[in-house]
Amino acid sequence: MSAVVSLRDVHKRFGQVEVLRGVTLDIAAGEVVAVIGRSGSGKSTALRCINRLEVIQSGTIEVCGHAVHDPALDLRVLRQDVGMVFQSYNLFPHLTVAENITLAPRRVKRTPRAEARSLAEEALARVGLSDKIDAYPEQLSGGQQQRVAIARSLAMHPKVMLFDEVTSALDPHLTGEVLKVMEGLARGGMTMIVVTHEMGFARRVADRVIFMHTGLVWETGPGQMLAAPQTPELKDFLAADL
Amino acid sequence: MGSFTLNHVLYLLQGAAWTVVLTALAFLLGGVAGFGVMVLRTSRSRIVRRASLLWVQAIQGTPLLILLFVVYFGLGVVGIELPPLLAAAVSLMVYSSAFLGEIWRGCVEAVPRTQTEAAECLALSRWQVLFDVVLPQAARIAVPPTVGFFVQVLKNTSLASVVGFVELTRASQVINNSLFQPFLVFGLAGCLYFALCYPLSRWSRRLERKLNVGRRQPA
Ligand SMILES: Nc1ncnc2c1ncn2[C@@H]1O[C@H](COP(=O)(O)OP(=O)(O)OP(=O)(O)O)[C@@H](O)[C@H]1O
Ligand SMILES: [Mg+2]
Repeated sequence: MSAVVSLRDVHKRFGQVEVLRGVTLDIAAGEVVAVIGRSGSGKSTALRCINRLEVIQSGTIEVCGHAVHDPALDLRVLRQDVGMVFQSYNLFPHLTVAENITLAPRRVKRTPRAEARSLAEEALARVGLSDKIDAYPEQLSGGQQQRVAIARSLAMHPKVMLFDEVTSALDPHLTGEVLKVMEGLARGGMTMIVVTHEMGFARRVADRVIFMHTGLVWETGPGQMLAAPQTPELKDFLAADL
Repeated sequence: MGSFTLNHVLYLLQGAAWTVVLTALAFLLGGVAGFGVMVLRTSRSRIVRRASLLWVQAIQGTPLLILLFVVYFGLGVVGIELPPLLAAAVSLMVYSSAFLGEIWRGCVEAVPRTQTEAAECLALSRWQVLFDVVLPQAARIAVPPTVGFFVQVLKNTSLASVVGFVELTRASQVINNSLFQPFLVFGLAGCLYFALCYPLSRWSRRLERKLNVGRRQPA
């Protein structure tokens, strides 16, 4: 099996608190995985360990052939292959949409200005925001900002994309436009790990759903598993969610 | 006792010009050193952060006058003779480095950590994150306190008179020694200091107001 992301017995502690207690996980190229679970179950932490925003205490993490657990790894090499989108968008407020998107290609990949501009146009077209290329983030709605954040990540042509509750800060009527963009990416063959509370998205779009509980992968299966949970914990979680 | 003439006024104005030169030097040198201190104070290495904090606390706990004596007389003893202007400029650089370093560290740390994370996730290097993402946002809020600090520095340049540098304060002392009209002479010197500082203070306060009003909420 050709895993693009592979975690082996990953342990992560914050001080005394063990947040990940032996997470093992393989994600294949082109696979879309939805990660669900209660608040505090370690979903964000697991995601952040994958591109080493957090350092793990033991276990191994391989991403696109990079040994993430290896302290000698060049993070900039890893992060060219891994895109990440946050709940709070985190666009750069002092830069226009175009500048937000072209910053990394220009600085990291030394893409010439004109070429970077067409890269931005292309990425914005994919998220349906071509007309906002010269706007500033504060002039956009939350949903539009989040789509720009996705475009910014796409412009680096990542092999894997991580999404951490990217619609949680949005009004329900703005959630749909972001989910649609993500669905498009999924159909386009992007490898995606999506931490989400959107059960509809998990059911419809994800190839696989992972239910995390108390720092462990508790239950995993295709989207249909949400209709027939095996463990009482998942049953409780789904009941509480309704 | 002579009378106050146009020559005296010109001498005072010349002193005021040197005060401005000294302040500008302190701004340039202190700005560079302060930037260095800011970088060290926000380093990832705890040892570097601790060591630079020690520097900051040592300087902030030392009167500027003592710094001047150390640089001018102290270095003189070990054979490094600095002209008064240079000695004063170096002292003010050391002094400003600690204060500006801390002011700017605060501004850099006021930029949300999530901005740095987002930039790091785009594979930018530490310096690229600093220069392209953090500093442009920190600079906005750094201007008012920085200008405010240099109003203080401008007034503190008067201490350079003790090592014999003829800036505004020393110039007024020299004139008063021959005329003995302290109210007139020092009053004039005070007015000149005020004329230099007031526009800066006004500007700093206006920037601060603009910043508070101009902080628009994201849509
Ligand atoms: N930087 C940190 N320092 C200390 N504790 C942390 C830190 N980050 C997370 N934790 C703790 O780790 C646990 C798991 O957090 P995590 O953010 O991974 O949960 P989550 O599953 O993403 O929850 P949510 O649905 O609320 O986002 C929580 O108890 C949290 O308090
Ligand atoms: Mg979370």
